[in-house]
Amino acid sequence: MGLNLNWFKYSSPATFYPLAGKMIPYFAGLAVVLTVIGLYLGFFVAPTDFKQGEGYRIIFIHVPAAWMSMLIYVVMAVYAGVGLVFNTRLSSLMAYALAPTGAMFTFLALWTGALWGKPMWGTWWVWDARLTSELILLFLYIGFMSLRAAIDDPRRAARASGLLAIVGVINVPIIYKSVEWWNTLHQGATVTISSGTSMESTMLTAMAVMVFAFWMYTIAVVLVRVRCEMLEAEQHTDWVADAVREGK
Amino acid sequence: MNWGSASEFFAMGGHAFYVWGSYGVTTVFMVAEVVLVVRRKRTITQRLGRMLRMRIGGKHEAQT
Repeated sequence: MGLNLNWFKYSSPATFYPLAGKMIPYFAGLAVVLTVIGLYLGFFVAPTDFKQGEGYRIIFIHVPAAWMSMLIYVVMAVYAGVGLVFNTRLSSLMAYALAPTGAMFTFLALWTGALWGKPMWGTWWVWDARLTSELILLFLYIGFMSLRAAIDDPRRAARASGLLAIVGVINVPIIYKSVEWWNTLHQGATVTISSGTSMESTMLTAMAVMVFAFWMYTIAVVLVRVRCEMLEAEQHTDWVADAVREGK
Repeated sequence: MNWGSASEFFAMGGHAFYVWGSYGVTTVFMVAEVVLVVRRKRTITQRLGRMLRMRIGGKHEAQT
């Protein structure tokens, strides 16, 4: 028996729907627990910053939100791309489910960044390379969602929005590298895979816990939303009738 | 565990507005998203349930 893992089996909505339903509570629970731990570490254990005082504590949501905004876009673009190429319905539905959460984190990254920038840089906003490319990311998310909503035929909507998502993905490395290429105002990467970090350990731990908390949050919310998308997209099928009858 | 007093904590070393402005808006958005998506799930399930019952009801009338 070769490895003929029929990965299409798990990508069929009827199998995925109950599976996702069972996993959501675990991700949601983990998100809450990790957030509580992260905030405790961030506010009560992490020391005061010698230069920024207490204001730096915004980092514990600014950085996770910013990382999530980029990560979710890449994952969304991959799903949208797969949906475009393989015409698999569930992939496109997954991309649609990711978009709102990605857009929210992009907005939160911009918002918390502005509120952090005002006391430290003296300005809410500046047309800096990093800030501007993150703003473009927000427009890409909104463009993706509205393009899909604007087209009635699901197949054409999947193709059009998939194309936009793929074209937009080039923006993510630009955001990531913008601080080095243009070096306008936003500081360079403090945490890099290659050279580790110069951050104080408890600050780093608190931030890392918050990043995982945001991961768990995103998975839980996106799974609920993709199940909504699936119910709507497949409402005339028997498996939806069974799921609804069982009140799943 | 650095905890002076509640007022000192909320003052955030003078950056209260910026820190609590960030955390407040983030909490509002994340809580709102959860509420909206859970409500959307419930509405869809109920709507499909009603449509299902109507369809089955329709069949019974047709048969009798």
